Amino acid sequence: MQRLVALLAGLLFGAGLALSGMLNPMKVQNFLDLFGAWDPTLLVVMAAGLAVTFIGYRFVLSGARPLYAESFALPPTQPIDARLIVGALLFGIGWGLTGFCPGPAVASLVFGLWPSVLFVLAMMAGMLAVHVLTRRGGEAAPGMADG
Amino acid sequence: MTDFTPLAGAAGGLLIGLSAVILLGGLGRIAGVSGIFRALITGQAGVALSWQALFLLGLLLGPLLAMLLGGFDPASIAFPGNPVTTVLGGLLVGAGTALGAGCTSGHGICGLARLSARSITATITFMVVAIVTVYVLRHVAGA
Repeated sequence: MQRLVALLAGLLFGAGLALSGMLNPMKVQNFLDLFGAWDPTLLVVMAAGLAVTFIGYRFVLSGARPLYAESFALPPTQPIDARLIVGALLFGIGWGLTGFCPGPAVASLVFGLWPSVLFVLAMMAGMLAVHVLTRRGGEAAPGMADG
Repeated sequence: MTDFTPLAGAAGGLLIGLSAVILLGGLGRIAGVSGIFRALITGQAGVALSWQALFLLGLLLGPLLAMLLGGFDPASIAFPGNPVTTVLGGLLVGAGTALGAGCTSGHGICGLARLSARSITATITFMVVAIVTVYVLRHVAGA
């Protein structure tokens, strides 16, 4: 049942990205081009998604536990640190350069287009580099329940 | 140019939000694609048929489903930039999401709904930086 729930959630997420036009990196980059070819669609996607999670999360979290798990695995409350800011900075530059963020990049792999493949391979390299470097530094790995 | 498509955008956004609510209500998990993907490639997700693997399988099949139902045309996908910006962007997105523990879905859709101070900070930061990056790319460098 847990696997069915995960598969269903992934399906809805992927279908939502496709339907909303967010699989198209040009459309996403146009959203970021406030002073040029601005396409506000991403703002509508985010607002609609947030409206559902804002209400849905409150309903779900008012229960004692999830339907098919022992407890909620929410990221622990941590202070805002340099690592978060540097991470968001790097991510923002990469997102702006390509119009790709992890969800659409991975979902678009199904169409076998080479820029998607190239991007995801590079993204894996970036993730693994941080994983190896922070592990060597003895720093605790970030929680797995994060974004 | 791409057209402003608010109806399709709202419908797609509702599905993404619904996905996140189902994942939290069903498994108690946050729908953050970078974290899920990272757990898989670093081996932290464990068994091959982990929930993370099935979520990613669904994420790949979802666009096909949308296409079969007539809600998506893969020919609409266009890539800005070139192989160099694609690789550089991928590296930065990978390293950045690993350091900042999240991306547009985890911080932007799930974290903001929980009014997490970290997610609000991260979302504002990457939005502003991405807008500045595109401004420099298109209006200063002239790409």
